[in-house]
Amino acid sequence: MAYSAKVMDHFSNPRNVGEMQDYSGVGEVGNPKCGDIMRMYIKVENNVITDVSFMTFGCGAAIATSSMATELIKGKSIDDALKLTNKAVMEALDGLPPVKVHCSVLAEQAIKAAVSDYYTRQGIDPVPIVGELTECEACGII
Amino acid sequence: MGRTVYADNAATTAVSPQVLEAMLPCYKEWYGNPSSLYALGQKAKEKLEEARADVAQCLGASPDEIFFTSCGSESDNWAIKGAARAQRAKAGKAHIVTSAFEHHAVLHTCQALEKEGFTVTYLPVHENGVVRPEEVEAAITEETALVTIMYANNEIGTIQPIPEIGAVCKKHGVLFHTDAVQAIGHVHIHVKEQNIDMLSLSGHKLHAPKGVGALYVRKGARIQNLLDGGAQERGKRAGTENLAQIMGLAAAMKEACSTIDQRVARLAPMRDKLIDGLLKIPRSRLNGDRDRRLPGNVHFCFQGVEGESLLLLLDAKGVAASSGSACTSGSLDPSHVLLAIGLPHGVAHGSLRLSFGDYNTMEDIDYLLEVIPPIIERLRAMSPLWDAIQKGEVNYDQYM
Repeated sequence: MAYSAKVMDHFSNPRNVGEMQDYSGVGEVGNPKCGDIMRMYIKVENNVITDVSFMTFGCGAAIATSSMATELIKGKSIDDALKLTNKAVMEALDGLPPVKVHCSVLAEQAIKAAVSDYYTRQGIDPVPIVGELTECEACGII
Repeated sequence: MGRTVYADNAATTAVSPQVLEAMLPCYKEWYGNPSSLYALGQKAKEKLEEARADVAQCLGASPDEIFFTSCGSESDNWAIKGAARAQRAKAGKAHIVTSAFEHHAVLHTCQALEKEGFTVTYLPVHENGVVRPEEVEAAITEETALVTIMYANNEIGTIQPIPEIGAVCKKHGVLFHTDAVQAIGHVHIHVKEQNIDMLSLSGHKLHAPKGVGALYVRKGARIQNLLDGGAQERGKRAGTENLAQIMGLAAAMKEACSTIDQRVARLAPMRDKLIDGLLKIPRSRLNGDRDRRLPGNVHFCFQGVEGESLLLLLDAKGVAASSGSACTSGSLDPSHVLLAIGLPHGVAHGSLRLSFGDYNTMEDIDYLLEVIPPIIERLRAMSPLWDAIQKGEVNYDQYM
């Protein structure tokens, strides 16, 4: 198993890492049993994600996909952020080893969880917009 | 380029200059086939038997009880399958006693035998990672064909009460095998005095090359062949002997087994300094019994940190180590060894094994104590699990 240079770059120098205080929404996916937990904070103004940060407990790929996902949605509209797929995150990282694909799924889910929380805080039912959060394919637990 | 520290000697070791020296003539001068009648073949045969005598002497065995193999895994497979099948054929016995934290070469072999109809008892190893001889005795029945318990655990380094287990097996007339791959050169082993019927060992953990191992089988202990073919190894293990590597193994064994006391005296203070230093990291935990421990093994869990990330950041600092986290094994579960000593997944994922050998120095330990704490701190700062532990949302207090 070898990571691409991009994965190593995002793992070694993660972008947008750390806790956010004045967030508009926060979502957390994964669990300690799997060995991956991602927490994503978003700040939303006029339907645009003006700031984003993450905290991740997990392997190199988990940290790198979190970092890349934040880069890909920062400054984007919520609609665009919700269109981000795990495949796009992987491509942006020049690929992941097959056993690490679930990390990119987790990153996609973390964004959706943060957006869901944002809508819930706005008094809007997130399910029609974000959809049901699917279970982690790898371990069957959100 | 900064300092590099190879702290993964339990994974493999560098070939030593003396070992390489012992091997080279086999490639250039004594290249004959030991089964050939002419002088060149007989010279190779002579060297092969010298190596066998050397290995035997290191274990307190006689030369005709030593069989050379390709690796520790082959030795384990052969001993366990060979003895279990022979016992079933001869006496109808189809029960095996082992422990829950054996190396996969033993565990998966036992699982393969379960598919052949054997039943296997996997003994608990308790929180300290030590098998209890009285529990071995309690597990033995009229049906028991074999007991197989490792000499020292490859992850957490705990040394098992092998002489006591050997005595229990002898009392009940049950064959006793031990996987001693991690123990050779670190613990005094005498197969006769310790009532060991079969013992597996591997060369590359003691500065011999990868691809050579040996199995000791006490005279009178019957095992079926695993490899059929030519009459090498007295008809028990086919395949032209890998003389150069066998010579390397013998040279490495002689060196390792004649210097055990010096090795322990040198490594144990290094180990202890590192353990004491790492225990100062909040919410860290030494895995495995502190006293019944290989002199070169340090194994920790750091709460809120994931093992693979830790290894990658250590690698960036020139440190080679290993972890029992799921992410390093390619499976979802963390190491079966850490689960067997009762750790929850969330703690087991944050494990780090540092293992030392003859080429490590106290300066290596100082360097590790310099680089590890900031890496842990850095990973914890971005870890939502650490955050949850700090806020009391996740409670791992009992695993410190």
